[in-house]
Amino acid sequence: MVMTMVSIVPEITRRSITELIRKGERADGRSPDDYRDIELEVGIIEKAEGSARVKMGNTQIMIGIKPQIGEPFADTPNVGVLMTNSELLPMASPTFEPGPPDERSVELARVTDRCLREGKVIDLEKLCIIEGEKVWMIFLDLHVLDYDGNLMDAAVLGSVAAILNTKIPTAKVENDKIVIDEENFMELPIKETPLMCTFAKIGGELVIDPSLDEENIMDARISIGMREDGSICAMQKGGEMPFTNEEIIKAIGITSQKTGELRKHLK
Amino acid sequence: MIFVEDKNLVVPGDVLADDEYHTGRGTFKEGNKICSSLVGLVAVRDKKISVIPLQSKYIPKRGDVVIGEITDIRFSMWNLDINSPYSGFLPASDVFGKEKRDLSKAFDVGDVLFLRVVDVDEVKKVKLGLKGRGLGKFRGGILIYITPTKVPRLIGKKGSMINMIKDETKCDIIVGQNGVVWVKGKPEMERIAERVINMIEDQAHTSGLTDRVRNMLYELLGKEIEDEEEVPEPDIEEG
Repeated sequence: MVMTMVSIVPEITRRSITELIRKGERADGRSPDDYRDIELEVGIIEKAEGSARVKMGNTQIMIGIKPQIGEPFADTPNVGVLMTNSELLPMASPTFEPGPPDERSVELARVTDRCLREGKVIDLEKLCIIEGEKVWMIFLDLHVLDYDGNLMDAAVLGSVAAILNTKIPTAKVENDKIVIDEENFMELPIKETPLMCTFAKIGGELVIDPSLDEENIMDARISIGMREDGSICAMQKGGEMPFTNEEIIKAIGITSQKTGELRKHLK
Repeated sequence: MIFVEDKNLVVPGDVLADDEYHTGRGTFKEGNKICSSLVGLVAVRDKKISVIPLQSKYIPKRGDVVIGEITDIRFSMWNLDINSPYSGFLPASDVFGKEKRDLSKAFDVGDVLFLRVVDVDEVKKVKLGLKGRGLGKFRGGILIYITPTKVPRLIGKKGSMINMIKDETKCDIIVGQNGVVWVKGKPEMERIAERVINMIEDQAHTSGLTDRVRNMLYELLGKEIEDEEEVPEPDIEEG
């Protein structure tokens, strides 16, 4: 049985946050569609081929990328592999426990993975070395260092930045053997830069980039992943309450504007 | 012989003094030297040397007044989170006397109470009580969490700091010894009080704090008054 630790939110905190949001304000002074301050650093891990650290307010995630040569999946013999894993470190929050990954960790990894994979960040076909035998496998690891809400947006932003930062050694085929050239590096073949926006529904209103306090009291949450041209590549809904059509369409509209602003951090 | 000055920042293992001084809180003796066991500021009082930690968790002490949140209802008591590694309990008899009643009708999960620590036993079971002036359930307002060592600084000498914030923002403010602060007033004043309290927590170890707090309050309120110039401010009743 998996028991997720539920933090009990004091009734008065719930009420004060909800009332502020109904008035179009937020506890930390932001407006409903404002992100917290974002800091993005790349290339911070020397031993990894690509890395990034992203801070969104007090939320902090470190991302590392390691490539490896492996066999492709049987149904896609000419395509490289991108794998995302996440780790919620116990030091990040009192509700994170050591041990096998829990629901939240699996969700974070899967949603990030879907956004990157369906968003076609990397042209995976170019990572094929010998069709059906050897391809590059890209392992992307998310380490949550500090948790103050909205892990998904930070994870996707950081992952894309880390992928853009990655340089892998070049591999050649000589006499049916793979020779890795550790002198010449190549950048990963980038196709798109999808990004994600998460909204929380509190008191019937939508707020972007929910903080931990807001996440604890939200009725529902929706995350939307979007490519640069405005097409949607991933969507994830959480929480107990439903969204109306209008709310989702409104969220998509804000996402196309906000992913544009977030994309500036990648440059 | 002393190797540090009052209010110096030290880390665990720093040698503070030799054995002509007495060990206080946050220190230990290694041979004939007194060392720090914490990250914090040195406090020298006569011949007693102690270290006040920069950050701490609340350790319950009998007689403290604390702010707690109800996390669970049991057969004859409420369980409360008192912002501490140890949780507290409030016996139903303390509220109902000998009468038997449904506990959730008095206080429910998520309610916030102002309580007194009645007793702490050897295994740190914390018994809480509601007997006393001003103790009971909070209605409305916001909660702010600060590190418990900063509580004396927030209150100030004879309440000078906290009274200044109360007077300027016209908010009701109650500070629990466990680092939970309850503020109730006009919503925009609550936000100002929150910012000021967070600033005090940030800079509690520096001197001249009261003046900076006053300046910050005037600055924040000055803006407020300019904004509301056309509307005469209604009288706010205390309590």
